Amino acid sequence: MAKQEMREPIETGCPDPFQYMHPVMRKNFGLWKYHEHPRPGVLRHVAYSGDEIWTVKVGTQRILDVYTLRKLCDIGDEYADGYVHFTLRSNIEYMVSDGSRVEPLIKAVEDAGFIVGGTQNSVTMISHTQGWLHCDIPGTDASGVVKSMMDELIDEFKEANMPNRVHITTSCCQINCGGQGDIAINVQHTKPPKINHDLVANVCERPSVVARCPVAAIRPALVNGKPSLEVDEKKCICCGACYPPCPPMQINDAEHSKLAIWVGGNHSNARGKPTFQKLVAAGIPNNPPRWPEATAIVKRILQAYKEGARDWERINEWIERIGWPRFFEQVELPFTKYHIDNWRGARASLNASAHIRF
Amino acid sequence: MAIEKHDTPMLDQLEEGPWPSFISGFKRLRDQHPNERINAVANDLLGQLEHSYETRKGYWKGGTVSVYGYGGGIIPRFSEVGDAFPASKEFHTLRVQPPAGNHYSTKMLRQLADDWEKYGSGLVTFHGQTGNIMFIGADTKSTQHFFDVINDYGWDLGGAGPCVRTAMSCVGAARCEMSCTNEQKAHRLLVNNFTDDVHRPALPYKFKFKVSGCPNDCQNAVERADMAIIGTWRDDMKVDQAEVKNYVQSKGRQYLIDNVVTRCPTNALSLKDDDTLEVNNKDCVRCMHCLNVMPKALHPGDDKGVTILIGGKRTLKIGDLMGTVVVPFKKLESEEDWESLVEMAEEIIDFWAENALEHERCGEMIERIGLVNFLEGIGIEPEPNMVNSPRQSSYVRMDEWDDAAEAWFERQAEAAK
Repeated sequence: MAKQEMREPIETGCPDPFQYMHPVMRKNFGLWKYHEHPRPGVLRHVAYSGDEIWTVKVGTQRILDVYTLRKLCDIGDEYADGYVHFTLRSNIEYMVSDGSRVEPLIKAVEDAGFIVGGTQNSVTMISHTQGWLHCDIPGTDASGVVKSMMDELIDEFKEANMPNRVHITTSCCQINCGGQGDIAINVQHTKPPKINHDLVANVCERPSVVARCPVAAIRPALVNGKPSLEVDEKKCICCGACYPPCPPMQINDAEHSKLAIWVGGNHSNARGKPTFQKLVAAGIPNNPPRWPEATAIVKRILQAYKEGARDWERINEWIERIGWPRFFEQVELPFTKYHIDNWRGARASLNASAHIRF
Repeated sequence: MAIEKHDTPMLDQLEEGPWPSFISGFKRLRDQHPNERINAVANDLLGQLEHSYETRKGYWKGGTVSVYGYGGGIIPRFSEVGDAFPASKEFHTLRVQPPAGNHYSTKMLRQLADDWEKYGSGLVTFHGQTGNIMFIGADTKSTQHFFDVINDYGWDLGGAGPCVRTAMSCVGAARCEMSCTNEQKAHRLLVNNFTDDVHRPALPYKFKFKVSGCPNDCQNAVERADMAIIGTWRDDMKVDQAEVKNYVQSKGRQYLIDNVVTRCPTNALSLKDDDTLEVNNKDCVRCMHCLNVMPKALHPGDDKGVTILIGGKRTLKIGDLMGTVVVPFKKLESEEDWESLVEMAEEIIDFWAENALEHERCGEMIERIGLVNFLEGIGIEPEPNMVNSPRQSSYVRMDEWDDAAEAWFERQAEAAK
């Protein structure tokens, strides 16, 4: 198309939310007084004006086909007021201003096959990346892992009987775009990249690939007379950082790309400062379509947490109290040399005291 | 035209179980949608995904696709196995900025769905990890058409690549009593000041704004945002003693002692013999725990504002970093307050753009140059809320100690006026 025929974009950026906001929320913006949790999946917020808004939180498959999206809209039109809100973890929330409309709304949601829950001290929806469906560097799928795990954790989503909320995340590579979680299931590569030297010179900007390596294990090299890159495999930490800028450095491996499980990431400032997740299990097979081995470990951790933690303790706080030796004992996971950090700042994670757990 | 359906024995297993199945949704598009193009796209998408499940490999490659006038906002995806799955061989995602706080009317969702199925695959996600609406699956030509249509009624692309990214904010003041700032205003003022930097990637790497209305930080801003805006307050928290007594009556004294008083990280709470709660507001760090447990009895104070942390990010390249405090407290009331917030963001992004290495996040740059150099670069004076503790190593040159000490006392005197 000729340039003059092209339409100039209107750079409006982020839209004003007030036009799409439930009228009671618009009216009471900034004037809310308190909230209650009348049952799992339902929140009741009360404003200083006396107005109420009842929220029903609903889990979905997250990747919505237009049929599912319209079905969700139909429920919103018939049983709520035609407004919805999406949470950070892709749950959809319906709002009604009258408590008597909550039960019919819940029934409509459940009859349509969606799941009510995910509030407060529940296992809420697993935070979700793209995986094999759409990512260019994934070691595993995301939607399938989440679907398989939520099938097993559905009661924990619906019932809100954990000591505190549990955020589970997944990431399909070690960049970790799933983020920090109370429990994180992340890809962990275990072998250096396999380099297709025929393609490197044409596909990769070699200096930026060299610069991308966190441990300086990549250097330019001539291979079979062609400019390429080589990896010092003794130094390589198999992180996969070179793969996005240089796809001929294939890091994903059907056998050797494994899953690892991390616990104790907590974004909240409540009680303690925010924390990062810590490695607890690795070498878990990347086993589609159901990933049963990873789910089994997640369930063990959740069970021990549910039994052992006090009210309001997040997973990191529970472990802080009982200590790592007892954690590993209770979840029956091995403690190995790989659990001891050797990255920058690692010394801060070592026990420089005579505090020992027996 | 009947399509030849790919066998998907592995994906079929993801239709079992009680949680809603995305695979069933893909199959609805393949089998029931009146548009044959969508049937074919869904079929080939299922075929390629099944192939990934069988071989445990991904088959999408990036490329360069954008809309006219922009350099980013589209995640280009070309299939490496497009010969076997031609209908979905171009399967780009449009990243579209959501309304601040993720509010939608069903009417608007239907309008977006109607237009999306004219041009795209019919698959959409609310929202991706950066916060965008993800319209997943359009070929190169259709990305422009779909964008032109929705851009006309108020939707704009988000960021992709080394640029200012789509921002995020919590539901906040719209529905939450913990809200200490106008989250959606902070979100929109900041990101919409940088639309050029959102649409035309030219920064060292990504830069994210996230806004949470209180220190519960439901947006994970501290650990994920280059610039985290966290609502807080600096006067006394509000205590409704009658509600405290109600709480004691319904839950018991011991529950309140075990779950509120002794869980305070700075021991700032005391339950008195008459079942009133005493708060030492000088010791309180605004962690939110007691307010979370007793939302009827305890509320943020009136003198509200925000804490600003800089430099949060995920693993690549030097490891995960939390944001760290750069502004302990800032009022956001007058228009000048809001303007100065935007100016501070400009200052930070300019300094980072000038001083960062290629592909270096703001937090990594600070790690490399030290917080003090960063503070000097953006014109902010040091103060003790920025650190867990002062330095413990004596290996530092301190020639200008006297000047720095004098400057501290001058600033203190100025602030006391």
